[in-house]
Amino acid sequence: MTTDTTLQPTEPPRESLSQRMGAVGGNMRQYGIFGALIAIVILFQVLTGGKLLQSNNVAALFQQNAYVMILAIGMVMVIVAGHIDLSVGSVVAFIGGIVALAMRDLELGWPVAVLIGLAVGVLVGMWQGFWVAYVGIPAFIVTLAGMLLFRGLAIVLVGETVAGLPQGFIRIANGSLPSVLGYFDRADVITLLIGALAIVAMLVSQLRSRASLRKHELQTEPLGLFIAKVTIIGASIAALATVLSLSAGGTPIVLIIIGVLVVTYSFVMGRTVYGRHIYAIGGNRLAAGLSGVNTRRVDFWIFVHMGILASIAAIVTTSRAGAGVAAAGTMFELDAIAACFIGGAAVTGGIGRISGAIVGALIMGVLNMGLSIMAVDSAWQQAIKGLVLLAAVAFDLINKRRAGGR
Amino acid sequence: MEHGHILEMRDITKRFPGVVALKDVTLSVSRGEVHAICGENGAGKSTLMKVLSGVYPHGTYEGDILFEAEPVEFRNIRDSEELGIVIIHQELALSPFLSIAENIFLGNEQSTRGVVDWHRTNAEAAKLMARVGLTESPDTKIKDIGVGKQQLVEIAKALSKRVKLLILDEPTAALNDEDSAHLLDLIRSLQGQGITCIIISHKLGEIEAIADTTTVIRDGLTIETLDMREGKVSQEHIIRAMVGRPLDHRFPEHTPSIGEEVLRIEDWTVHHPIDQERKVVDGVSLNVRRGEIVGLAGLMGAGRTELAMSVFGRAYGTRISGRVFKDGKRVELRTVGQAIHHGIAYATEDRKRYGLNLIDSIRRNVSGAALDKLARRGVVDHNAEAQVAERFRRELNIKTPNVEALVGKLSGGNQQKVVLSKWIYADPDVLILDEPTRGIDVGAKYEIYQTINRIADAGKGVIVISSELPELIGICDRIYAISEGRLTGEVARENATQEHLMHFMTMDTSSKDKATR
Repeated sequence: MTTDTTLQPTEPPRESLSQRMGAVGGNMRQYGIFGALIAIVILFQVLTGGKLLQSNNVAALFQQNAYVMILAIGMVMVIVAGHIDLSVGSVVAFIGGIVALAMRDLELGWPVAVLIGLAVGVLVGMWQGFWVAYVGIPAFIVTLAGMLLFRGLAIVLVGETVAGLPQGFIRIANGSLPSVLGYFDRADVITLLIGALAIVAMLVSQLRSRASLRKHELQTEPLGLFIAKVTIIGASIAALATVLSLSAGGTPIVLIIIGVLVVTYSFVMGRTVYGRHIYAIGGNRLAAGLSGVNTRRVDFWIFVHMGILASIAAIVTTSRAGAGVAAAGTMFELDAIAACFIGGAAVTGGIGRISGAIVGALIMGVLNMGLSIMAVDSAWQQAIKGLVLLAAVAFDLINKRRAGGR
Repeated sequence: MEHGHILEMRDITKRFPGVVALKDVTLSVSRGEVHAICGENGAGKSTLMKVLSGVYPHGTYEGDILFEAEPVEFRNIRDSEELGIVIIHQELALSPFLSIAENIFLGNEQSTRGVVDWHRTNAEAAKLMARVGLTESPDTKIKDIGVGKQQLVEIAKALSKRVKLLILDEPTAALNDEDSAHLLDLIRSLQGQGITCIIISHKLGEIEAIADTTTVIRDGLTIETLDMREGKVSQEHIIRAMVGRPLDHRFPEHTPSIGEEVLRIEDWTVHHPIDQERKVVDGVSLNVRRGEIVGLAGLMGAGRTELAMSVFGRAYGTRISGRVFKDGKRVELRTVGQAIHHGIAYATEDRKRYGLNLIDSIRRNVSGAALDKLARRGVVDHNAEAQVAERFRRELNIKTPNVEALVGKLSGGNQQKVVLSKWIYADPDVLILDEPTRGIDVGAKYEIYQTINRIADAGKGVIVISSELPELIGICDRIYAISEGRLTGEVARENATQEHLMHFMTMDTSSKDKATR
């Protein structure tokens, strides 16, 4: 052993395919859950005699489940950081009530009411973030208190329902993009165009990332896998756009809202310093703190983000119902949490992706819709969803153990 | 002669990803003896004991274990305990808020049809406690007795399981002399009661005093088994067997080029975070110059880690007072972020708990303390990050297929290299390394010493905290010794001997006379 052994850049050893696959192994779970979604879609397509994927049903799938996806985006951040948020359902009712009252009693325009809702969301997030981050009360307790507190406030404010909301507001969750470009053989052109743009954007970003990896002489996933991945995602977007273009309205507005949120927050979680700090805290809070991460500030802002997303969910839910309802949002927190865990988030924190949570939400949504079309009793639907959640997490654990993670 | 053996381990080989921890290790223990196992940190002693006690179940290692001449295949600790093999780990496994009696019978509750019989529990516990010389009430909570007595509770617990072979892993590491002496007496009396004992220890004086046989393990190999009874085996002999090579080849050659003072700490006092009246660090002053490697020697509990962590943005302790000067200017380091900002870094002794995100990749761990360097307006450049990680993988020789591998899957030495990479990349002016080679195999140690030298040569000040005196003497330019929270000595490299340092490290600080050089 001479002094300069470690200074010599050693030639990187040639890697076997399995080792190279190991580099993308973290993504395998993601592919797995995506495959499960496709399998469930096919299953119900068959069981419902092709009704599941009828255009209007697909549009309704997004409109009915928008709230889960929006909440799941924030819940992933919360869960990755090692917390939980039980209050989002109550917050949805609370903020929904405020927004509805702002329009009906204060006679404010709906855009102003929406802004008020978002602002209250920030305040709610700051309230809970303060207790979790700066006082150090476990999020479970803080948000359990929040669940009671905001439900109570919602009932105080709303009574039972606040109806008679303006059309513009109701369109948010029920309407679709106007077909300004007309139709091409019954298909809404603007929907097709959005689909095409989404595919191009996806291709460009994937190719750029691959080119950049190449340029930096870093490892890329095998070309075949890359092509397969891009093709499957592209085909899925194309199929979705085609089906939606044939629906009564075209592209639901909520789908655009969800799309923007998913892209934005995926970027935050995957590419920004802030997102990395969330994963670092969830993976090992003590080590993150000793690496200079301001864990309190990160925790605080996570709850602010959750508050904002809960307020968006509140706006969508209130718009969908056409009224502020004191009992709105009941069990929403559990739907969002379930979506995260089905989508591969780790109960202990540190692991989880927004794309996974969205797929988790879609799995539950497809289950709901498929079972509804088949006229399965809602009690049974709930029982089945419970089993799916358990199965998804059990599958994950067993997989991990087999992989030799002790 | 086979009949005289209570335990035989034959050709035990145990592999971890990237390392062979044990290679064909053989261990024979005669009935009724005290058998010492010696070896450096990372030699494989603890691994061997984990194989024996079933922590690593049958099938995860190669080789055979014979207990009382019967081949055994343990699936877990319960299996081994069933046969009377009990291991007492360095970190005691007691529940602090339960009583002594409850701890003794934890998992083995004295019950009738599921209902705990407290009278029997306490009466039986009292009998066992008497055997180990504990006079406390069985109701006393574990948190209210000292480490020495906690050790005795562990032994009482072992006795309750009808132990035939008692394994003690570094039993006196955390004990003071009095408690140590008492423990050794107890081991002798247990021997008289027919209990065989395996003792893992670093303390050669202790081994000389108590062991009938000593097996030396080095780099995962059995080096030799020595009969201690005739008194012919010298400590030097054991040291030579443990170390295996002359001291001067274990450390890379290094000529320091020492510059200006980079860090000075004056009158640093830290109180215990819970027991706020207790001074953990008491009026310590020290300094480091650029290009200098300064050692910090002290026994366990002397306050070395507490000193380092409290300086590092008050990551430890309360009621901290004292002054820190960086490049001659007074600085306030109230948070870890501020400490890093001022160019001070601390690499922890407990890398799994405090140093790494084990469920994340090497790439993302390496950049963990200096992510801002890789980000523009808050957006991380992944590819630049991967290049950085790749550079460290090559320079520090981190053995891994690629930098996307999870840190949790690496061996201890490679994990330590990831920790070092993280802090080197943060580019501090002062790097405090707390036990940088703990639990690392000898080859990787050498590489880590080389890395430390390179950090110093780049004009950084380095502080190394280590329990291994040869290591401090081998790599440091100057060594401070602390005892009971106080600085008791400062020794230049050329004057440093283990005896000299140990004298300072064990100095009774109440006498207050501070020695220098």
